[in-house]
Amino acid sequence: MTKASVTRRSFIKITALAGGGMVVAFNVDDVFAQRGGGPGGPGGPQAMAFVKFAPDGKLIIVGKNPEVGQGVKTELPMIIAEELDVDWNGVIVEQADADQARYGQQLAAGSFTTPQNYTPMRQVGAAVRQMFVAAAAARWGVPATELTTRPDARAPGAARVEHSASKRSASYGELAGDAAKLPVPALATVPLKDPKDFRIIGTPKMGVDTPSVVTGKPIFSIDFTLPGMLHAVYQKAPVFGAKVASANVDEIKKLPGVRDAFVLEGGTDLTALLPGVAIVADSWYQANQARKQLKVTWADHPTKAQSSVAFQAKADELGKAAMAQPQGQAPQGATGWRKDGDVAAALAQPGVKTVEANYMYPFIPHAPLEPENCAAQLKDGKLELWAPTQMPGPALGVAANASGLPQNAITLHIMKTGGGFGRRLTNDFVAEATAIAKQMSPTPIKLLWTREDDMAHEFYRPAGYHYMKGGVDANGKLIAWRDHHVTFGPPSGPQRYAGFSNINGAQEFPARFVQNYEFGDSIIGALGVPVGALRAPGSNAFSFVFQSFLDELAHAAGKDPMQFKLDVLANEAYPPPQQGGGFNAARMIGVMKLVAEKSEWGKKKLPKGTAMGVAFQFSHQGYFAEVAQVTVDSQKRVKVDKVWVAGDIGSQVINPLHAENLVQGGVVDGISHMFQEITIVDGAAVQTNFNNNPLIRMSQAPPVEAHWVKSNNNPTGLGEPSLPPVLPAVANAIFAATGTRVRSMPLSKHGFRWA
Amino acid sequence: MPFTLNVNGKATTVDVPGDMPLLWVLRDVLNLKGTKFGCGIAACGACTVHMSGRAVRSCQTQVSKVGNAAITTIEGLSANGNHPLQIAWQQLDVPQCGYCQSGQIMSAAALLATTPKPSDADINRAMDGNLCRCGTYVRIRAAIKLAANGPVRDTQTASARGAAE
Repeated sequence: MTKASVTRRSFIKITALAGGGMVVAFNVDDVFAQRGGGPGGPGGPQAMAFVKFAPDGKLIIVGKNPEVGQGVKTELPMIIAEELDVDWNGVIVEQADADQARYGQQLAAGSFTTPQNYTPMRQVGAAVRQMFVAAAAARWGVPATELTTRPDARAPGAARVEHSASKRSASYGELAGDAAKLPVPALATVPLKDPKDFRIIGTPKMGVDTPSVVTGKPIFSIDFTLPGMLHAVYQKAPVFGAKVASANVDEIKKLPGVRDAFVLEGGTDLTALLPGVAIVADSWYQANQARKQLKVTWADHPTKAQSSVAFQAKADELGKAAMAQPQGQAPQGATGWRKDGDVAAALAQPGVKTVEANYMYPFIPHAPLEPENCAAQLKDGKLELWAPTQMPGPALGVAANASGLPQNAITLHIMKTGGGFGRRLTNDFVAEATAIAKQMSPTPIKLLWTREDDMAHEFYRPAGYHYMKGGVDANGKLIAWRDHHVTFGPPSGPQRYAGFSNINGAQEFPARFVQNYEFGDSIIGALGVPVGALRAPGSNAFSFVFQSFLDELAHAAGKDPMQFKLDVLANEAYPPPQQGGGFNAARMIGVMKLVAEKSEWGKKKLPKGTAMGVAFQFSHQGYFAEVAQVTVDSQKRVKVDKVWVAGDIGSQVINPLHAENLVQGGVVDGISHMFQEITIVDGAAVQTNFNNNPLIRMSQAPPVEAHWVKSNNNPTGLGEPSLPPVLPAVANAIFAATGTRVRSMPLSKHGFRWA
Repeated sequence: MPFTLNVNGKATTVDVPGDMPLLWVLRDVLNLKGTKFGCGIAACGACTVHMSGRAVRSCQTQVSKVGNAAITTIEGLSANGNHPLQIAWQQLDVPQCGYCQSGQIMSAAALLATTPKPSDADINRAMDGNLCRCGTYVRIRAAIKLAANGPVRDTQTASARGAAE
């Protein structure tokens, strides 16, 4: 076979812009079709796909992951720009479509973006820079080692290759055509900058969308429109998954503006298309008005028998029965269980103080402020989606199922979202928009939920129930810890362990740091309530339980909680479990000491009713210690006066401006959890909107001071780990201020309210 | 029904049902998408606009009740996105997801119009109707104070990306 001749034309793609002008891009498909695959290997990023040129020579850098407020649309291009050697000012950032063959994995989940992409994005920038250097070396006939690169001082957002000996220089844009013909270096072999030479990483940069946000530009998914687009609402059963028995769709079709109304059969998978009634109208207002006349009879469904009260009763039965036994018995194949030493024997020793307590946390929603929405058009056997999803790859699969089309007939545009928090890990709204677009084909439609749709059809953080027993010896040393956790099944699903089946007591501190330790669980049968991962899954719930109970034991020992926790951290540890773990006590001791110093723990005389609480959490690879100062008045009105945070996320805080914002937001969000609950009655959510599931407001949000420990470790993510420890820090402060130990949420259950 | 509205200093006639909330007239009839839908019951403030200079929740304001009151949306708050609050919001990089922020800025602008040097209590009172799901309240408060007390220079918009350095 004769190899196709390599022409400049096939390697460069020139695209006319809607607003005039042209964009020059590497034609990645042609390049790799001819070369037989990309440098990143299967699933890896293809370096040349990330860099384009605007007509004025400014670089356009592609941000590959969904932006949900965690700042990755700024952060990942910052990393590329650093190694490309351009000036950040003037760089244009563009959101990628869903295309994992081109960009590598694309998701907004698990605080993974930074640890998974820090090095690959540096390599992408360095590889493209190296190609410009190689192109200049060939053009001028000089060794590449004599060439340097620098930002173009006269053209913000552009950069140049220079040969100082001959005083020659060329812009990256001028070299793009030559560079495109060169082999892309293997990413793993590209030399990277010495971090001490960083000019962008580690410096504060404003979010690339901030100017558009503050001027109200139509940049969010909900703002997207297409010519001729119709608007849809979708009514599902209050009881999760119930089928439509009958609906007055013929009457609905006659209402103003309504173009169609129809029943969608749906399936039984709570994360995909569920049964319901779609109304499609000229405007969303008309569709939603028509919905007020909708009369649906829903078929009976077994989930109707489920309720929060029944879950609690069943948990008590299982938990108390388990704790009545001197030790637990791991079910066959159980992975979450851990047993070290002998808890019962340790607690039976003379002089040991035993503490017993039952903890509980409820279902709570994500409630991102932008309601779920998705635009879709199915035309000529092709489906195009505009979706605010945290999981673009799986969304393609969901849309393929709902449309019957192969995935390669589907284009998904990743839209800027008004918050995620884990809600948009599930693509149920993509399935609904696809099914409605299929019915309305070829007309484009846009589905928009109401807040009531959202509260009723969330993937709630699963409730959980913990039955605890622990002991301290006569010297105040923690010697025994037992937790029987009652959770939901099946074992592999998000139902278990508060939404994260990988988090469990086999790893959760003080596992490994106390000689006698036991963690077991029981499962309340199959859960009919849709649940999923909420920001900091697992630890957003476990931290409250574990770090509160540790505080109880500190008080039982008659010790200062900060010192007691530092003492336990300093204990000799059992070896880590084979999978997971990775917890490094020295890093946690570092942030504990820093937060003690910054909060002046134990040094300040606080007025009556005011006290500090401390907690720490290893979550999503981040180490966070937090101190909350709380005032509770005689009316049980709670005010969080201030929160101090110390965090260790490795050697670099890539964008410190946004990092501080995320820490503050995580803390405020965590405090907000403490007043929220979704109650399940008759198989449906009781709460409907922000009036009965109250979120934290301005007057309730404390100042938050963030401090960093820079450690010699790879940078890790920040979407999640600042959130979990604030709940126990506040609960521990409430105990210190009032003597009331909070063992279940929401705080309103105990008569507390906001000051 | 036809209504002539005064939106961002321009008279505009729309033909819509009288009970249609102003929010949907702005977003879907006048294509002013900066005003956001969050709850539909005036509990989140994402839809905040000014009506005769006061902050109102447009999701609970029927178009028939607007009359000839001057309506200002985020798009009309300033000529070039250079209201002191818009500049301060960029200087401190307030947004995370950003969805609530146009409502926050409109509430804050109504506050500053009557209370140029607001106290913390004034800020709490004016801003408690605006939810921020990302929890950017700390920076919203700081940005209001920055805009109120300055110095805020109108050079920010062009050079904002590196300005925080």
